[in-house]
Amino acid sequence: MLNYIKLIVLGLITLFALIAANYARDLAFLVNAVIVAAAAGGVFLWTLRHTDEPLVKRDLSGEYMDGVVRAGVIATAGWGVVGFLVGVVIAFQLAFPALNFEWAQGYLNFGRLRPLHTSAVIFAFGGNALIATSFYVVQRTSAARLWGGNLAWFVFWGYQLMIVLAATGYLLGATQSKEYAEPEWYVDWWLTIVWLAYLAVFMGTLVKRKEPHIYVANWFYLSFIITVAMLHVVNNLSIPVSFLGSKSVQVFSGVQDAMVQWWYGHNAVGFFLTAGFLGMMYYFVPKQAERPVFSYKLSIIHFWALIFLYIWAGPHHLHYTALPDWASTLGMVFSIVLWMPSWGGMINGLMTLSGAWDKLRTDPIIRMMVISIGFYGMSTFEGPMMSIRAVNSLSHYTDWTIGHVHSGALGWNGMITFGALYFLVPKLWNRERLYSLSLVSWHFWLATIGIILYAASMWVTGIMEGLMWREVDANGFLVNSFADTVAAKLPMYVVRGLGGVMFLSGAIIMCYNLWMTVKSSPAVKATNSAVPAE
Amino acid sequence: METYSLLRQFADSWMLLVLFLFFVGMIIFVMRPGSTKTYRDVADIPFRHEDKPAAADDKAARAHNAKEA
Repeated sequence: MLNYIKLIVLGLITLFALIAANYARDLAFLVNAVIVAAAAGGVFLWTLRHTDEPLVKRDLSGEYMDGVVRAGVIATAGWGVVGFLVGVVIAFQLAFPALNFEWAQGYLNFGRLRPLHTSAVIFAFGGNALIATSFYVVQRTSAARLWGGNLAWFVFWGYQLMIVLAATGYLLGATQSKEYAEPEWYVDWWLTIVWLAYLAVFMGTLVKRKEPHIYVANWFYLSFIITVAMLHVVNNLSIPVSFLGSKSVQVFSGVQDAMVQWWYGHNAVGFFLTAGFLGMMYYFVPKQAERPVFSYKLSIIHFWALIFLYIWAGPHHLHYTALPDWASTLGMVFSIVLWMPSWGGMINGLMTLSGAWDKLRTDPIIRMMVISIGFYGMSTFEGPMMSIRAVNSLSHYTDWTIGHVHSGALGWNGMITFGALYFLVPKLWNRERLYSLSLVSWHFWLATIGIILYAASMWVTGIMEGLMWREVDANGFLVNSFADTVAAKLPMYVVRGLGGVMFLSGAIIMCYNLWMTVKSSPAVKATNSAVPAE
Repeated sequence: METYSLLRQFADSWMLLVLFLFFVGMIIFVMRPGSTKTYRDVADIPFRHEDKPAAADDKAARAHNAKEA
């Protein structure tokens, strides 16, 4: 019966999407409407094929729901390679502007590809990693199957649809021009629905947990889900110009809009790229090191201190703007206070290895996790320093910012995700071990050297252009034109591109290694499941 | 009083106090006597149910065990 309702709804969505495509006011909306119609039509056919089939009722409460985690792992690896590849392309477009091909103007030039890169790595790679690992971790630490049955699959596929709509929209010019919140109004609405379903699955699993205590990793994941929901809704308050077009107008304007945008933007860093990934750290590092977290007390203080402080740090993106002084001072002070929880968390993660440091020599996966925590510490030291107004006057609008972001994103988020993927794949596909540990080492060194090339070249070029911009002669005239700074940056841009190539090659090696693990590693021998794991 | 000033005054005083007290209270709670043993137990959660969920009556059993230990 339920299937008939589903079929009616899916049929109507397909129909309305096709009507919308017909009356579309711009190309991006037209293409997105066709994608929605194709997706809804595909699910319609799939549902139709499974309607009135004999239903086999099986009690699944005795096993974890890992299918959706497997899909998430595949999506993470796949989107990761896509996102890194686009990053390499735009890095070379900056070094060699001729790569902004004339025939692809308006579609594949830097301005169109840049949001595609940022969204692909943050939301497609990072987001899928967070959703997949949170589903894995919340089940294991709650000792309960995911709540909501196939709702988890809705979250997975709905999120992929959001990514495809956003990505095609960017290339065709649909953007609301808010950094990291570029997707237009209908994509925002869709993401809100998917995100609330995600929250429901996660909360539902926590509610029916068998462990009385909620493990700290879940606290971080939950704060990430709730805060991102709040940030996403407030920052995307906009009124569509037409229900048949992609353009919308922001509700806030002027400095209020800027403040809301960076309240969102910095907490996307704080809760998406930090709190969520700390959830990963607090599960996968203890698991891989085979010892509990260094100090559970510290992890609780880490959690509360982090979420109390991060939410205020946004105004440091708006030094020397129309924002009131008190607000940017507030942002600066809170950013500096953030040193403490960040380093407390870093110490907690690193010290989990105390007594097991020898694993660094033998286990390339733990090496990956440790370097990711190292980069977490480094970029959370660098960030507060850059938020100081005097430092910011040199660093703002320069490549130093881009270097900072990438030491955090490639080093911390990338490496901890790679570590989690290497941990998860043998477990999820029931394999004894990874296909090749030496390939993991190759990945480790390629990625590490790639990040170092990236960060170092951006420090040099960032500080250089910051100094060139402010250089004045004896009469008070600016010495350098803007084009002078661009010309001076060429060698560093090439080095940055090479660093990106190395990071990308590492990720491709990882995909090969994971693929071969699933294909050819020996399966785990059947264990006697009657014996509890303790 | 206009909304901005009202909210600003509230944020600067009572709300600040509440958040500060919550934070200090959290640290005191974490450090409470006997917490070390509790936290040593819960830090082991990732190593308990790797392969399959706990049986239906496990919640009660575990709470009981924790009290005994």
